[in-house]
Amino acid sequence: MQLAVVASLLVAVTWIAGNTAANLESRGIASGFGFLSSESGFGIIQSLIAYDESSSYGRAFVVALLNTLVVSAIGILLATGVGFVIGIARLSSNWLVARLAGGYVEVFRNIPLLLQLFFWYFAVLRNLPSPRQSISVMDSVFLNIRGLYLPRPVAGEGIGWVWLALLIAMASAGVWWRLARRHQDATGERRAVFWPCLAMLAGLPALVLVLGGAPLHFEFAELRGFNFVGGIVLIPELAALVLALSAYTAAFVAEIVRAGILSVDRGQTEAARALGLRRGLSLRLVIIPQAMRVIIPPLTSQYLNLVKNSSLAAAIAYPELVSVFAGTVLNQTGQAIEVIALTMGVYLVLSLSISALMNWYNQHSMLRGRG
Amino acid sequence: MRHQFLLGLFLNLALFLNLALAANGAHAGATLDAVRAKGFVQCGVNQGLPGFSNADNKGVWRGLDVDVCRAVAAALFGDAAKVKYTPLSAKERLTALQSGEIDMLSRNTTWTLTRDAALGLNFAGVVYYDGQGFLVRKGMVKSARELDGAAVCVHTGTTSELNMADYFRKHDMKYTPVVFEKADEALHAYAAGRCDVVTTDRSQLYAQRIKLKDPEQHVVLGDVISKEPLAPVVRHGDDEWFDIVKWSLFAMINAEEMNISSDNVDTIKAKTEDPGVRRLLGLEGDKGKDLGLDNDWAYRIIKQVGNYSEIFERNLGSGSPLKMERGINALWNQGGILYAPPVR
Repeated sequence: MQLAVVASLLVAVTWIAGNTAANLESRGIASGFGFLSSESGFGIIQSLIAYDESSSYGRAFVVALLNTLVVSAIGILLATGVGFVIGIARLSSNWLVARLAGGYVEVFRNIPLLLQLFFWYFAVLRNLPSPRQSISVMDSVFLNIRGLYLPRPVAGEGIGWVWLALLIAMASAGVWWRLARRHQDATGERRAVFWPCLAMLAGLPALVLVLGGAPLHFEFAELRGFNFVGGIVLIPELAALVLALSAYTAAFVAEIVRAGILSVDRGQTEAARALGLRRGLSLRLVIIPQAMRVIIPPLTSQYLNLVKNSSLAAAIAYPELVSVFAGTVLNQTGQAIEVIALTMGVYLVLSLSISALMNWYNQHSMLRGRG
Repeated sequence: MRHQFLLGLFLNLALFLNLALAANGAHAGATLDAVRAKGFVQCGVNQGLPGFSNADNKGVWRGLDVDVCRAVAAALFGDAAKVKYTPLSAKERLTALQSGEIDMLSRNTTWTLTRDAALGLNFAGVVYYDGQGFLVRKGMVKSARELDGAAVCVHTGTTSELNMADYFRKHDMKYTPVVFEKADEALHAYAAGRCDVVTTDRSQLYAQRIKLKDPEQHVVLGDVISKEPLAPVVRHGDDEWFDIVKWSLFAMINAEEMNISSDNVDTIKAKTEDPGVRRLLGLEGDKGKDLGLDNDWAYRIIKQVGNYSEIFERNLGSGSPLKMERGINALWNQGGILYAPPVR
């Protein structure tokens, strides 16, 4: 029986594929993925890898994919951070903090994401000044309607030593942390960890930098002609998209976190307090680790939503996958079936990878030894 | 916008299903038969481009491209009103035609080799000879050659995007492309100062300029950086339908050349001796029958829609807010390049 179902499915798929190919051919519509290696001829405003008009459609695809990944990654980090803070704040015993957090959740969760995106892009970021009237901080950072211009660090001779110093600093900070931990386990005495580690991480590379004759300088953006040239530019489209995605998703994450914390038995909090743990510590060491088991599965869905929602960027000129590949490339080549199939494939793979990663983490953080 | 995106996705899906499930090999005449059977022409037009296709305050579609759809309906059904319009974005238009959502596309679409050869489409004569230009703030630059380093707003799915890249590359100038989904969004971004320049076909720039708050503060530069022959489009597989669309347009151009307009067509029809005019108006020969239409097909187009000069002046020229000159779109014997094959 099952074999018959699988067999008929295979036959149907083969028939559809064959018929599609035959029809494309009979209507004179080009098909196949050969177009990926031909020259694209269009520019992209933001690319993490070298790209210009003479690059191929395949490379444009990679640029667009990276742009999607960048905005998703920043969005997920911010949404998680803000979401946790708001979620915990909703449970605060401080009336005002709890109400403010509640208000945040209700507002951002109940307005459609696309409207929020338009709000950030058209209402907020459009009010920035023109390049000539840029807001500038010490003549090195500039903010205007075209973006935020930051100095670009340029590595000189001997930058390798600085990296080495950073590695050493990281290793020794790790050792310091373990020693402090062991000391506390053995004697119950707490040693300072944060400040010594920070001093090592920041101080050592800085020291090497100064001793090595500063093999690092900054390229500043400067106004030349119409626009600022040089430096690193963060385009307003990226900012609008990150703001909208993270503010929106954070509201959902906050509710998930709240639910997770509430699912932990109240006795756990009381027990932690009875042991003498302060509020923050009992939250961090006792409540959250248990809440995570409840939080992770729905959190995964939110991450998946965020990645897929990033495709709304097509509305505000951020060059991500749907805008560049399923937009411009589709139009230049006209090969709708190939382009859309590839785009759908990418989102599928992205979503499945995030699920796999989160499932792994979930297994890792599950209660052990309960049989 | 969301709606837009969904429509686009829907169209792609429709294309796929259509191609996947349709019986192999559409027979000739399929589109024409379907149009006859349903009794109206489904015409893809621009969502809002004054002069070419724009719904007026009563919801009636008007414009040069719209009049081409009406001419086809007049020739086919004897009633220019038998058209249903599908407003499409630049991105959706070709897929909508390929998938059979619309019967013809009359949406300021540039005739290019790729579209003609690789996308299974046919271009039915040129309605308007356009070229790409730049709209800038007054006094900023005099020529496009001074645009080095500019941020340029453009809308996706157009030849403008590629021409712009070619132009800046050819002249070794740098630029920042800011690519929007719709022409209006690109214009708003320009108005807000996100870009220094907005680029598209020059006819569109004139139309968009009057949408700006203070049109006098903006100018269309003199530079024309590309050839943009705008043409109605049909899909492969129905040559008879292709002929009807093509000759509906040629009839309007020929009518202007013969000085036949909607006002004088009845008088001329009553007493003309000119054999060329008699052939066009169906008094001599069976030209309409050859197209699979009635012999007074062209008469109906001229009577109901007008000749080329009438539709130009009404939508783009002196009778419109755009006040555009005929320029190269004048007839071939009046200093332009507009030229239709003879009705013979």
